[in-house]
Amino acid sequence: MKTITSTVMLASLFAVSANTSAATLDEVVGKGHVQCGVSQGLPGFSNFDDKGNWSGVDVDICRAIAAAIFNDSEAVKYTPLSSKERFTALQSGEIDVLSRNTTWTATRDTALGLNFAGVNYYDGQGFMVRKDLGVNSALELDGAAICTQTGTTTELNVADYFRSNDMAYTVVAYEKSDEVVAAYDSGRCDVYTTDQSGLYAQRIKLKDVSAHKVLPEVISKEPLGPVVRQGDDQWFNLVKWSLYCMINAEEMGITSQNIKSKMNGKDPAVKRLLGEEGAFGENLGVSPTWCGNIVAQVGNYGESFARHLSVDPLNISRGVNELWSKGGIQYAPPIR
Amino acid sequence: MAKEESAGPPEVTTKPWNDPKVRSIFFQVVLLILVVLAGMYIFGNTADNLERQGIATGFSFFGTTAGFGIITHLIEYNEASSYGRAFAVGLLNTLLVAFCGIIAATILGVVIGISRLSKNWMVSRMAMVYIETFRNIPLLLQIFFWYFAVLRALPQPKNSVNFLDSIFINSRGIYMPSAIYEDGFSLVLWALGIAVVAVVVMTRWAHKRQDQTGQQFHTIYYSIALLIGLPLLAFTVTGFPLSWEIPALKGFNFAGGTVIIPEFVALWLSLSIYTASFIAEIVRAGIQAVSHGQTEAAHALGIKAGPTLQLVILPQALRVIIPPLSSQFLNLTKNSSLATAIAYPELVSVFTGTVLNQTGQAVEIISVTMAVYLSISLGISAMMNWYNAKMALVER
Repeated sequence: MKTITSTVMLASLFAVSANTSAATLDEVVGKGHVQCGVSQGLPGFSNFDDKGNWSGVDVDICRAIAAAIFNDSEAVKYTPLSSKERFTALQSGEIDVLSRNTTWTATRDTALGLNFAGVNYYDGQGFMVRKDLGVNSALELDGAAICTQTGTTTELNVADYFRSNDMAYTVVAYEKSDEVVAAYDSGRCDVYTTDQSGLYAQRIKLKDVSAHKVLPEVISKEPLGPVVRQGDDQWFNLVKWSLYCMINAEEMGITSQNIKSKMNGKDPAVKRLLGEEGAFGENLGVSPTWCGNIVAQVGNYGESFARHLSVDPLNISRGVNELWSKGGIQYAPPIR
Repeated sequence: MAKEESAGPPEVTTKPWNDPKVRSIFFQVVLLILVVLAGMYIFGNTADNLERQGIATGFSFFGTTAGFGIITHLIEYNEASSYGRAFAVGLLNTLLVAFCGIIAATILGVVIGISRLSKNWMVSRMAMVYIETFRNIPLLLQIFFWYFAVLRALPQPKNSVNFLDSIFINSRGIYMPSAIYEDGFSLVLWALGIAVVAVVVMTRWAHKRQDQTGQQFHTIYYSIALLIGLPLLAFTVTGFPLSWEIPALKGFNFAGGTVIIPEFVALWLSLSIYTASFIAEIVRAGIQAVSHGQTEAAHALGIKAGPTLQLVILPQALRVIIPPLSSQFLNLTKNSSLATAIAYPELVSVFTGTVLNQTGQAVEIISVTMAVYLSISLGISAMMNWYNAKMALVER
């Protein structure tokens, strides 16, 4: 592992200089694809099937960016990254955008030379335990051994939570999420902690899914979203508005199914979104129909959510990720 | 050159650019300047770019609060400690597993290397199978094997394997009573110190006497008696100033006592077993490098097989063994960084894992980590070179 990280660092020494000056969008157009950093396999967010095809809500962000630029949502290459490697990979220019269930925090936004381009999933950290442990609340976990992943906000949150509630704990931190699941499954820990969405996603990897349960407490705010390098506003805007396009499309009721019938309609807001009015694509540096391409090829935010998260075996409900107009907090500025 | 000039006729003068000595110095200086310039360029370029990208730089993060827990630490550590302390915890954990691993690998390797040469067919074949198996399986797989194979076989805390109600083994580790020292225990330590000094003095005296008179003196029995007897006497006299804190099941897990976590055991086992297979081959090669005539000569003088190995073969074999052995020690230490895969909190896992991610200062942290491994390796090399010089053939 040491050698891998050192290689990444050496790469960063040299690659950093190559990528700061050049505009990411020009570079992406030049090479013909978006290089997207994703997880090493988190069902529903970024996961690959046996043919090597990636899918998930985080993957859909990458596909949306590709659809906006190339009118081809498949013009994406994926780089699976561990939580340790992800920021260095982005800083060094190895990837163009990081869409890997990454929590937006002050340190990451201000000290790492990165910008968070919005939130595509509002999450919170939770705990999973074996049912036979007889625990119903996280406050009963005094003295527990807790499995988690190194280099994540969960490691810090769990320390804060147990300290503030005056409970003892031991933390066992692994590098890869699969190792965390395997260790929890083999009885190394009483508790498995990560973002709640992650708990539901990883639960399906366990030997006996029904023997485990997620505790009701959510101990932190984990707004997850795509990340880009600081200092390239054009690219930042494009990633940000690719996400907003999907959310706005859901709000206006435009889906990949009905987009054809919505074209040439009367609603000026829909006209602006689909590029029939205004110069929004031009301002972003892409074609006028950028948002229409995203919705046609990837779908709107709600479709993406339903396709990857609200299905078996995950069955995650929209919850706070419902649109603001339907009682949630997903809210996108208008395309105007 | 200078000699030729003084010896030759005075009118023969070499131009400075034709003088090989001047030329060689010139090119060395040029190379040195190039290397220094390249280094300065890389350093300056990195610093510039980090600043332009708005990435925090510097080493001030060492003083800020870490805020995360570490499962096992040799020094006092909690969430309120600084990143600097977390670094120290990781470093000490690396050194601990490297030290234990080197000792176990050396003992195991020597035993198996000698067994490999045994006249007993079964013993030598067993040693061969051991060497060929463990030498040829990647270390990371062996670490996973020991970790997950052992972990799955162990019971949950409630069904711990129980020895005398004081040692408990379960999937969370090996729980042992920890000693609590009371007043007067220092006397026991003093007694132990005196015993060690006495043993050293006695050994020297026995050697001297054997050199002079040829009479042997079995220091080993007296040494054991001294080392155990003297502290025990002090212990009794001071009225047993030692009590034990026994671990007890409290809630989910055992509390109190000392715990050895399964991650340490798995890492230690796999590092020792893997490296021992290489050391065994080095030992075998070293012994075979000593001419068989030496053994025959010793036997002809009536020296038995045991003392022959100990007094004639091994001292000569050591000269061949030590240099490659040092590189095995270095390998073992560096391989300990693979622990990051199984959650043993050593330097790479804690410092280039968690700390790097919380602070995001990759360049500083990776540089410090590389410097640490370099220092550890150079330290081990220096020690082994010293030992090698001590054991080297003394020409008479």
